[in-house]
Amino acid sequence: MVDKNQQVIDKTLEQEYKYGFTTDIDQTKFDPGLNEEVITKLSKIKNEPKWLLEWRLKAFKNWKKMSEPTWAKIEYEPIDYQALSYYAAPKQKKNDSLDDVDPEILETYNKLGISLDEQKRLEGVAVDAVFDSVSIATTFKDELAKHGIIFCSFSEAVHDHPELIKKYLGSVIPATDNYFAALNSAVFSDGSFVYIPKGVRCPMELSTYFRINATNTGQFERTLIVADEGSYVSYLEGCTAPMRDENQLHAACVELVAHKDATIKYSTIQNWYSGDKEGKGGIYNFVTKRGTCLGDNSKISWTQVETGSAITWKYPSVIMQGDNSVGEFYSVAVTKNKQQADTGTKMIHMGKNTKSTIITKGISAGEGQNTYRGGVKILKNAENAQNFSQCDSILIGDKCGAHTFPYIDVKNPSAKMEHEATTSSIGEDQLFYCNQRGIKLDDAVSMIVNGFCKEVFEELPMEFAVEAKQLIEVTLENSVG
Amino acid sequence: MIKIKNLEASIDDKTILKGIDMEIPAGEVHVIMGRNGSGKSTLANVIAGNEAYEVDGGSISMNDTDITEMSIENRALEGIFLCFQYPVAIPGVGMAYFLRSALNAHRKHQGKDEMDALEFLNNAKAILSELGLDDSFLKRSINDGFSGGEKKKSEILQLLTINPKLAVLDETDSGLDVDALRTVAKGVNKFKNDNNSVLIITHYQRLLNYIKPDVVHLMIDGKIVESGDMSLVEKVEKDGYSWLEK
Repeated sequence: MVDKNQQVIDKTLEQEYKYGFTTDIDQTKFDPGLNEEVITKLSKIKNEPKWLLEWRLKAFKNWKKMSEPTWAKIEYEPIDYQALSYYAAPKQKKNDSLDDVDPEILETYNKLGISLDEQKRLEGVAVDAVFDSVSIATTFKDELAKHGIIFCSFSEAVHDHPELIKKYLGSVIPATDNYFAALNSAVFSDGSFVYIPKGVRCPMELSTYFRINATNTGQFERTLIVADEGSYVSYLEGCTAPMRDENQLHAACVELVAHKDATIKYSTIQNWYSGDKEGKGGIYNFVTKRGTCLGDNSKISWTQVETGSAITWKYPSVIMQGDNSVGEFYSVAVTKNKQQADTGTKMIHMGKNTKSTIITKGISAGEGQNTYRGGVKILKNAENAQNFSQCDSILIGDKCGAHTFPYIDVKNPSAKMEHEATTSSIGEDQLFYCNQRGIKLDDAVSMIVNGFCKEVFEELPMEFAVEAKQLIEVTLENSVG
Repeated sequence: MIKIKNLEASIDDKTILKGIDMEIPAGEVHVIMGRNGSGKSTLANVIAGNEAYEVDGGSISMNDTDITEMSIENRALEGIFLCFQYPVAIPGVGMAYFLRSALNAHRKHQGKDEMDALEFLNNAKAILSELGLDDSFLKRSINDGFSGGEKKKSEILQLLTINPKLAVLDETDSGLDVDALRTVAKGVNKFKNDNNSVLIITHYQRLLNYIKPDVVHLMIDGKIVESGDMSLVEKVEKDGYSWLEK
């Protein structure tokens, strides 16, 4: 049984990455290299105000003094930051009409299943499409504007809403926060900006679709979401990249700010190219994501489904500053072949009666290494804080690994903490049971794994829950175990 | 229906089945009794194709098709159904979803259209009420947090939904109270007809008070040493197995 399952696993792992095509377009691309000049040039292309250039340069100065973190349980060849290009953009500039977008690029998004044509879009989902370093198009902007909602590319926001950007940029993740955040602060090129005004419930799902196309180019996007008092927004990001033999660097920053009584739900389906069977190529995904529950009764909920990337290094976190605020983290992380993921969260309780929930599901197949790293911090004034953590891992085959590193720091004795962790192999007895009912091995595996991930999938917006389920099915097809 | 010829099987290099011969024609109910460790459950698992066991000799055929080397799912699709002694929990996988997937896998194999959700639900509800189970049973995860009785009833629900050719009941009666035992027996009686067969593995007479067997086999040390009618069951209840040892 074990041998047979291993064969099936191996077969699955040979599954081709279906988003691995490249788009041939005219592009403007910087020569490789990183220095003040490059940053100044980038800022100039984007016609940025002086304060932003200064902010970038300050971040760069700090970054040069920092060193790459080594504490994560991941191994990779050193990244040569001078060998990367820090800007790549299709030649055609972004315009208000889709007619002006290069048809090749529209075709790319069509192939990815993302139609930028509003008429053809799923109802109730607005999309910002980011292609390499720039935003190509944002749909439903006018519709959203009727509610006073701002949803646009980061570059546009810098020009059209400078007061908001100035106020919130770096307010959650300071430019000096960590090595990759500092790098991002220096060279970020585009991303999405969302502002939900007081008392508005965003009438549709907002989403950004990130696509890396150019070679030897880092993607450094920046997303900022501000939910004003009593507002609600659900936001989703999706990511894919072509198959290339060399590794590509993706170092993003996402900042969320929830004011009093506001709720932000942020979901990610990350399916960057993960490299081939031998571990050649794939995206290095070093991402800093953090939200602040600034006001009382606010809530920030992160849900992530991480199936791609050669390396994933990300810890979406919540700082619960307001009283009664809530932080949540739901995660499914799949590693196969030689993928490595070191992911988790940090929940920082500052306000009274703050409550956090962490539910993670790690799935390792092939030679994949999957690490959960999570910190829960209860500060001195956080009376009656509560945390519930549940970290489950499932192993498919005998060459993979699952690791759990929980860090708990409690400074207030009234805190209530619960932590549960399980690691199991996908059961031969479960597979036998399914097979005995006439269910094929592949179907049985995806059924068992999907069942294992159910609590997390239930947190995803409906349209994306289906996508996530299918993604897991495709990812693990023939993979069992 | 099923023909087993000189079947030998082992697990971890330990021989358990030492030459089993048995034939169950369509329309018959056979019973295997024997001490703990005599190989009864091994036989059930080997019939179902559990790959933890190695078949060292002999053959199993279903309706003249040799299934000895067939995969677990293919022999299931050929009509073999095992009522598990210890059904395993699969957290997060709903009963309804699981059952419908299983049923449709069989229907597809038989060249039939998949059963739609509504028809499936109506079917399942009818069976549930006969088993004294609430409709909400379908919403639960398979065997997850089920009581002993619920687990066995769930197996019978699956048996009646899939409607296979051969039902192998591996100690389905163990751990059941009298009411649950009656319900399970009622389910099995509802299943059986002239075109299918049932193989019951048990330690006790009590299930056989409700399901009348045509043939009773007694198993000792991996072999069937005696076959006969219901009177064998009574003898075992009275005298145990030692009279069979030479």
